[in-house]
Amino acid sequence: MNTVCVVGASLAGLLTARALRSQGYAGRLVVIGDEPHRPYDRPPLSKDFLKGAIGEADLALEGEDEEPGIEWRLGVAATHLDATARRVTLSDGTSLAADGVVIATGAAARTLPGTEGLAGVHTLRTLDDARALRDDLGTARRLVVIGGGFIGAEVAATARELGLDVTLVESGPAPLAGVIGLTMAQAVADLHEQRGVRLVRGVQVTEVTGTDRADGVRLSDGTHLPADVVVAGIGAVPNIAWLRGSGLELGDGVLCDEGGGASVPGVVAVGDCAAWWDPVRSRHHRIEHWTGARQRAVVAAATLLSGGTARPEPARPAYFWSDQFDVKIQFIGHARDADTVTVEEGDPAGGSFLAVYRQGDRPVAVLGVNQVRLFTRWRRQLETAPVQAG
Amino acid sequence: MIPACPLASLPRGEALRLDVDPPIAVFHTDDGEIFAIDDTCTHQDASLADGWLEGCEVECPLHASRFDLRTGKVDAPPAKRPVRTHEVVVEDDTIYVVPSDAPPNLPPGVTLKGEA
Ligand SMILES: Cc1cc2nc3c(=O)[nH]c(=O)nc-3n(C[C@H](O)[C@H](O)[C@H](O)COP(=O)(O)OP(=O)(O)OC[C@H]3O[C@@H](n4cnc5c(N)ncnc54)[C@H](O)[C@@H]3O)c2cc1C
Ligand code: FES
Repeated sequence: MNTVCVVGASLAGLLTARALRSQGYAGRLVVIGDEPHRPYDRPPLSKDFLKGAIGEADLALEGEDEEPGIEWRLGVAATHLDATARRVTLSDGTSLAADGVVIATGAAARTLPGTEGLAGVHTLRTLDDARALRDDLGTARRLVVIGGGFIGAEVAATARELGLDVTLVESGPAPLAGVIGLTMAQAVADLHEQRGVRLVRGVQVTEVTGTDRADGVRLSDGTHLPADVVVAGIGAVPNIAWLRGSGLELGDGVLCDEGGGASVPGVVAVGDCAAWWDPVRSRHHRIEHWTGARQRAVVAAATLLSGGTARPEPARPAYFWSDQFDVKIQFIGHARDADTVTVEEGDPAGGSFLAVYRQGDRPVAVLGVNQVRLFTRWRRQLETAPVQAG
Repeated sequence: MIPACPLASLPRGEALRLDVDPPIAVFHTDDGEIFAIDDTCTHQDASLADGWLEGCEVECPLHASRFDLRTGKVDAPPAKRPVRTHEVVVEDDTIYVVPSDAPPNLPPGVTLKGEA
């Protein structure tokens, strides 16, 4: 293999490029990214960076003594792939043929229909988004966050810490309920309410009001919530539109086997854009968490270099963290596989506890809230258990 | 030289946090070696003594960067800088740490108590 082209210059792209080098690949390595920035870390964008506790330099993913011979092509997007010829066409009109292609184009924030061109309405995915939101929050008094997923809950917490009046609107019964289950989501909701976030649950947003600039949010029960800034945290969609007509099989992400190999040889996909085959649940599954990209970068590099013959180790269960206020939330596994959940340490009312989700007697997921040490032990136990992929 | 603890009270596979400024973590590996490093991860404010010890490496409990206990080197992001290492002396069945005079690599936002 003489040329590998990585599309997407963020976490998954950088780590796969590094893994290729550490696994012995010595050929030409081109990384294409449509953002003008060198790879940076996204989790702080809704936390310490938004709060102003850290700066842009702190977000860099590369260390000082990098980089393993990477040719960076930043500020240009890949617009087309011919998967069989492994030729990538770029937005500057050039194209590049490669022996191996790594697709690491991540995901983009879903936007609220009908809010295009309305100032004061934000989504949060990129550094540029975070700068704009931080500036806007600096002069705002009232924030309405739409959507109680991780990003919504984190932005609500950060804005509250910055002293804003914050309302979080969640169409389900509680923020994060879809991921950590209703019982535990209730405990996290309490943490928010105790710290002054107003939670509005079980209603939909019908409209963001305002002419040039948003001035509030209308709900399905008729309520109008006034707002200076509105953040939509309503999920992310994989960046795969550029792959239509490429010859690759697409679904909710680039469909891959359990080693990250796409449907055409010589092409792998990794990170938020990739839906790898989950042999335990017999379906493709897209993981949108940091450690998922990190673990799978190594596997995808091996798949590419071996021509698909490397046998991946069974996937580890998905682990993610979230920081909200002074609370460190850690989660591993699949809450949906569980039929019971029990608090095994601490007390949800006290803001520090650990809960274990079980299917029969078997632990399938663990939630830690300010229980870092104990969570680490449980995490290891789940990661080394044999039938826990996903 | 700071006395950490009696050798017998730190079993293999365990870690201990010394509340000095900045805090130091002492590890007893499964192979019976003892190492000391700064306890605070170089990425964010996490206690490496709460992390996962495997061989001569500790994995940060929050975001899973791994530090080599012998050299302080980090394997992969999010942490980028090595953690400071300290010399360990075992004398009369007691573990002592000789604090390094190199500057610590504390994460952004974390300062020495003396400088806070
Ligand atoms: C605000 C925020 C907070 C988060 N917090 C956490 C957290 O606390 N814990 C956790 O586990 N995870 C968190 N995540 C998720 C984590 O950041 C992602 O899982 C991770 O960034 C995925 O990396 P990736 O490289 O696959 O995708 P991305 O980081 O999305 O990178 C993809 C890159 O490809 C570029 N690209 C897209 N299309 C093209 C194209 N056609 N041509 C060229 N380049 C292209 C994009 O612009 C982008 O730079 C958070 C994410 C966000 C946005
Ligand atoms: S705090 Fe240690 S890796 Fe993030």
